[in-house]
Amino acid sequence: MAILDLLTYPDVRLKSVSTPVTSFDEKLHSFINDLEDTMRAGPGSVGIAAPQVGHFERIVIVDVSSKRKIKHHGRLILINPEIIEWDGLEIGREGCMSVPDYTANVIRAKTIKLIAFDEKGIEHQYDMEAYEARVVQHEIDHLDGLLFLDRIVSRRNDLFRRKVYK
Amino acid sequence: MNLKETKWFMVTLVGKDQIGIVAKITTILYEAGCNLGEASMLRLGGNFTIMLMVNSQASSEDLEKLLQPIADNLQLHLHIDAIDGQLHQHQVPNVRVSVHSADRAGIVAKVTTVLAEAGLNILELESDVGGNETKPFYIMQIEGIATLGLPALELALQTLFSKQPDIEVKLEPIETMVM
Repeated sequence: MAILDLLTYPDVRLKSVSTPVTSFDEKLHSFINDLEDTMRAGPGSVGIAAPQVGHFERIVIVDVSSKRKIKHHGRLILINPEIIEWDGLEIGREGCMSVPDYTANVIRAKTIKLIAFDEKGIEHQYDMEAYEARVVQHEIDHLDGLLFLDRIVSRRNDLFRRKVYK
Repeated sequence: MNLKETKWFMVTLVGKDQIGIVAKITTILYEAGCNLGEASMLRLGGNFTIMLMVNSQASSEDLEKLLQPIADNLQLHLHIDAIDGQLHQHQVPNVRVSVHSADRAGIVAKVTTVLAEAGLNILELESDVGGNETKPFYIMQIEGIATLGLPALELALQTLFSKQPDIEVKLEPIETMVM
């Protein structure tokens, strides 16, 4: 077990584009264990991407199972993830272990269809929504060198959904 | 930056909007060796408003001497307060309240009073007046911390709404996810 050092903004390495994983070997499994330990060590963290610890391969871990009643797939190791369909838009507030003391509203697709490999190299397809879909989009952004800072929307122009009290 | 013996000030500037206000003010501060912290700068009606945290080794009087000529030149009112900096201690909001209605006296007072009584600490409030002069409407977005929980706020707004059915109020939790 090892908790890895996190890169934090404005470290320019966070802008790097990560390369696909090609061998699903013991070295990969060992790194995934350390990456997961690092995620679990972050208070309330529900996801992590390899470049956040300075490892520039397309590896993401997501686990939103600790959150309130929502649809999710539990603990997921997502390797070379690719979003193949998007639908809907939703604003939500995001924070990031790589961007301390700052949170902001970000627009993400509400539902996504995702293809990713697991740690053994087996391909899976996932239909995700809301919270889990948001985390995956945030993490895949890391693989492409993007932070949520690149996607902030103004509160002043937030969508307003009507609610009627009766 | 040498943080030794620097102090924080809140600099307030308000006046008729024109091009270049921000550039001129911040350039003078930069050239005088000041650092900037958090700021809110926006146009309200035809006015431009600046609330700007400034970190400087200068005294309040020196800062005023520095800024008064440019403020006069731009016809801005200038006000300077010594403050505690308190950066890097952001509080995270957990609730958003959105309000809109026909514009009339008392909306903000009524809504914020019931919310304050129900424990809302406002971190940010933005509002606009839209429509036209004969039919103005008021829209307001508040983000804050529900110190007594969301149900208390929900109940307060329901009670208000039962008396003021023409005010549209929406309360939604903000769940911040950390990744």
